[in-house]
Amino acid sequence: MSVIVRDDGFHAEDFAGTAVEIASDIKSDELVQLASGADMVRILFPSFSDGRGFTLARRLRDAGYAGRLRAVGPVIADQYAMARRSGFDEVEIPDDLAARQPEEQWKFRADWRAHDYRARMKG
Amino acid sequence: MARKFTPKVLTANDLRLGDVVYMTASGDWTRCHAEAELLEDEADAELRLLKAHGQSGIVVGAYLADAKAGPDGPEPVHFREAFRSRGPSNYDLGKQADSKRGTAHV
Amino acid sequence: MYEYSDFDEAFVRARAAQFRQQVERRLDGSLTEEEFRPLRLMNGLYLQLHAYMLRIAIPYGTLSAGQMRQLAMIAERWDEGYGHFTTRQNIQFNWPKLVDVPDIIDALADVQMHAIQTSGNTIRNTTTDVFAGAAADEIADPRPIAELIREWSTDHAEFQFLPRKFKIAITGTEADRAVIRAHDIGLQLVEKDGEIGLKVLVGGGLGRTPMLGQVIRDFLPVADLLPYLEAVISTYNLMGRRDNKYKARIKITVFENGLDAFKAAVEEEFARIRPTFSGVDQEILRVIAAQFAPPAFKNDPVDSYEAALSVDPVFRRWVARNITAHKVENHAIVTISLKEHGKTPGDATADQMRVMADLADRYGYGELRISHEQNVVLPHVAKADLPAVHAELLRAGLATANVGLLSDMICCPGMDYCALATARSIPVAENLATHFRDIGLEDEIGNLKIKISGCINACGHHHIGHIGILGLDRAGVENYQITLGGDAGPQAAIGDKTGPGFAYDEVVPAIERILRAYLALRESPAETFIDAFRRLGAAPFKEALYGENRDAA
Repeated sequence: MSVIVRDDGFHAEDFAGTAVEIASDIKSDELVQLASGADMVRILFPSFSDGRGFTLARRLRDAGYAGRLRAVGPVIADQYAMARRSGFDEVEIPDDLAARQPEEQWKFRADWRAHDYRARMKG
Repeated sequence: MARKFTPKVLTANDLRLGDVVYMTASGDWTRCHAEAELLEDEADAELRLLKAHGQSGIVVGAYLADAKAGPDGPEPVHFREAFRSRGPSNYDLGKQADSKRGTAHV
Repeated sequence: MYEYSDFDEAFVRARAAQFRQQVERRLDGSLTEEEFRPLRLMNGLYLQLHAYMLRIAIPYGTLSAGQMRQLAMIAERWDEGYGHFTTRQNIQFNWPKLVDVPDIIDALADVQMHAIQTSGNTIRNTTTDVFAGAAADEIADPRPIAELIREWSTDHAEFQFLPRKFKIAITGTEADRAVIRAHDIGLQLVEKDGEIGLKVLVGGGLGRTPMLGQVIRDFLPVADLLPYLEAVISTYNLMGRRDNKYKARIKITVFENGLDAFKAAVEEEFARIRPTFSGVDQEILRVIAAQFAPPAFKNDPVDSYEAALSVDPVFRRWVARNITAHKVENHAIVTISLKEHGKTPGDATADQMRVMADLADRYGYGELRISHEQNVVLPHVAKADLPAVHAELLRAGLATANVGLLSDMICCPGMDYCALATARSIPVAENLATHFRDIGLEDEIGNLKIKISGCINACGHHHIGHIGILGLDRAGVENYQITLGGDAGPQAAIGDKTGPGFAYDEVVPAIERILRAYLALRESPAETFIDAFRRLGAAPFKEALYGENRDAA
């Protein structure tokens, strides 16, 4: 089982449609085509130290994907702001991680819009 | 014939302070290499290592390092472990200084 | 000098609070060591051989007198009274306790400093020419662009978990005192039709597989820099290898895919993201640039300086070695050597830091620099003040007149501190410096770059030393491999291995054999070691090292 994390904290799974799942080693020219028209795209993080998912999310958003975008895997609370800034709407983490890093540690980074140098540079 | 097991000491760094520690026969941690338990049985050594991995609130980066018996207790074999047991060569700091300050034991 | 905006200040304070919380969460078990490790690394905190080590960013090597004083305070209060300046123009403290580090980070924030992104698989401190803004030969001061890169790359959401670390260097001169060819991305300010732009190199780096960067863009408009960097680094983030940390740097990505294929992927992504940048970064750059305006140089006559030169041979020698021409005629650039013979290269005590800070305040318009060659520089000093500066440095043990000589070595911490090291490097440097001083050959040998690394990761830049020394572990014994013919700068080259390595106590005699061969073979004292090596090739030096007729030096 897993926990869905959003800015307001932990949630149970509430998506019932069909999601497109994207592995982190996808070829970049297939990314946009695979995602097009999907209600939700789940980008899989094989480990917290593999940051490809952040680039994939940003590229998908830049390409105009407007659907729901979820980071799935052992992402840690300290990466929540990175995920949100890269274009993810939410993060799906395994239960044992949610037990070790409880809700308030994730909500501590719900301020992800604050202090964003890159956003300031991009305008 | 089975490969002969080189005796080991179990070593790590203290989580809060960072300095080098060794596991004693009683399962405590010491700052002094000579007070470490010399592990001469491979299975026993692996068990000790598992125990140390379960103490991640106390120590970091536990591993088994080659050692040999000496007159005052276990001595390091490799030069890296000799430096760890002593301190840097450019200043009188680390364990070599601690022992003069009389703080080798915790 | 750059002063934090309210934005910088708020960010650094927020990060300090986050790190304090992360340390608490590590201690209470919320974070495993595996999870905490990249977080502490993102804040410059390593676990080394004897203790933790905190690496503090000195952006593009520039700091104020007040910041230097704060470093001295930190050295005394939370460390062992000294600090180590690095080839990345940063400072490292070797003895902090984990439980004290949040307080140190707060103390840094008090003087607009931090330790963010000095480690980890992310974009590191952008380094630059130590003489930036003072040198006579630069097209423009590269530091405003370095600061722009600092701000853009700091906490960049997409680039905190790259395949491997990522280093950018920028220079404003053809002379390249920033070793841009040995960086993941090297930038050089160039001028075309009256416009200033950037030559972009990619895929340089030392370490296990040393490579020099290749030009990926001849002329990039400054306004395109940030989207272009994003295109390069996001392409690397997806294409870079993650299966083997020794093949994960961008130099391998470029090498394995070929520059053309890599460039095509970059240009495609650049075309996509360029329009998403509004151009507001150029407004920010203008605000930044204004802060790097040179100080109001005073106009003191140089008579007292010339008088001191004519009567004081110690001063004269120091001026000849440690002073570089300034763009303003009656000023000079002072290099304060941290390479006293027999001492640890790059180390300064808290007292010495305060002396340098005071000199900067009194004579140097409040500004200091850290060089990648591990010295401290006062970039702007009136020539009239040089005798007073020299006298103060003499009293503090900081007047070693050896810049550019054999003893002015780059040297990594090696196995005296570093958990990755395979052999010691500091005592090798100490022994070399004292030996050549004692036999009286250092001046005779003249300009020479010796660079020493204590492992294959090459923090001591051994590949690009005229003579490189690499410490290895050969079956449980320290062994040192020698390379010859490397060079940093515009003629950058990777040195070649001479042959079998040498035991710890054979290194000094081996280097002496090489240098005696040089003295015997050079055309004149004006021909430096590296010039003689380029003319003669490696053969006569290898013969001196290994040949049967080698003398027993």
